[in-house]
Amino acid sequence: MAHDTAAAHDGALLGVATEELMACPTCDSLYRARMPDHGGRAVCDVCHTVLISPRDKAGLNIIALTLAVTMLVTAAVFFPFLEIHVSGLGNKASILDVATSFRSGLMIVLSVATIAMIVLIPLLRTLLLLYVLVPVVMNLPPAAHARRAFRLSQQMKPWAMSEIFAIGCAVALVKVADLAQIGFGPAFWMFSLLVVIVVINDSYLCSWSVWKSLERDED
Amino acid sequence: MTCRRCARVWPRGTATCGRCGSRLQSRDPKSLQRVWAWWVAGLVCYIPANLYPMLKTRTLLEESSSTIVGGAIEIAHHGSYGIAFIILAASVLIPVAKFSAIAYLALSVQTGSLHTAPHRQHLYEIVEFVGRWSMIDVFVVAILSSLVQLSVVASIQPGPAALTFALSVIFTMLSAQSFDTRLIWDRRRAAEDPTA
Repeated sequence: MAHDTAAAHDGALLGVATEELMACPTCDSLYRARMPDHGGRAVCDVCHTVLISPRDKAGLNIIALTLAVTMLVTAAVFFPFLEIHVSGLGNKASILDVATSFRSGLMIVLSVATIAMIVLIPLLRTLLLLYVLVPVVMNLPPAAHARRAFRLSQQMKPWAMSEIFAIGCAVALVKVADLAQIGFGPAFWMFSLLVVIVVINDSYLCSWSVWKSLERDED
Repeated sequence: MTCRRCARVWPRGTATCGRCGSRLQSRDPKSLQRVWAWWVAGLVCYIPANLYPMLKTRTLLEESSSTIVGGAIEIAHHGSYGIAFIILAASVLIPVAKFSAIAYLALSVQTGSLHTAPHRQHLYEIVEFVGRWSMIDVFVVAILSSLVQLSVVASIQPGPAALTFALSVIFTMLSAQSFDTRLIWDRRRAAEDPTA
């Protein structure tokens, strides 16, 4: 772990232009922002929040992974997800069936929330990221409203819950395992893959670097 | 002045961040009020979530409905203690711990304790990370009730507790997000350096 930002009191940084400063969003300590050495990352001295963590070719990797996520989500929605068999009777459920299983009365609200959290928000987030990052990586000027798009995608982050849904599947499977026979549809494997990709993708994304490049390209 | 979203620094008095467009506020005086409002809303929803049934199971012979705790006890009776523990942890232990943790953080800022800032920061990070995982129970109910639809043999329907439980999780997530972590550090900094 490399402490690459120079810690200094407000007084020592008074003459520095505000463009060169950054403050820790968690504890408001002030630093002069500087790209960490190769492979390093900048950590706040006071509260140890990771401030900057650039990766090699992060942009290209994120675009590739995000494309994969987009395709997997779209496909996983339509294919059968889980199958159940008991004494001659069977049933298949897709993710759409799962999300719309709260049907009666007020429960519809829950249906909408579920489908938003496991399909719509993750999908929208990946699309927004693509929209922001493709021009940046290709050295083109940023797309219109790229800043607003990136801000929105960062705001959505805690509400994208596909990985939680995947663990929910595991719990549900164990619950009915002794009641009936269970089979996995193709969408189940797509979804498992998707969760892994989402986690890797988030580790590549350094929001400070993205903001910096959006700012540089627009000036 | 600092933008909490993109960490850009602006001169005092700037209203919106010129880089990402977020609204800027040096310290949000209403942060704690919002924390408590969402906290109370979450608690109010959490009570019916435990009283009303979460799942209604209908089989050939009987119709039964179980609450969160009741369902876990039933599973434990069948012998799967591991699953019973996961369910209890995700839907009782974690929410209760989360309510107490947020209340403790807000109270500690209000009364101004000085020494444990790093610990409290750590606690806050845990609360933020763990909060989303309580949704697991709602998803399990959704999966079960869409999958187990075998006409007369067996069917599972979601109960009203699923809705209030989901609301409770969402409200506590909002409560944790409204908390301004810089309040934890401010008082410590003021104590170290009285002139600042």
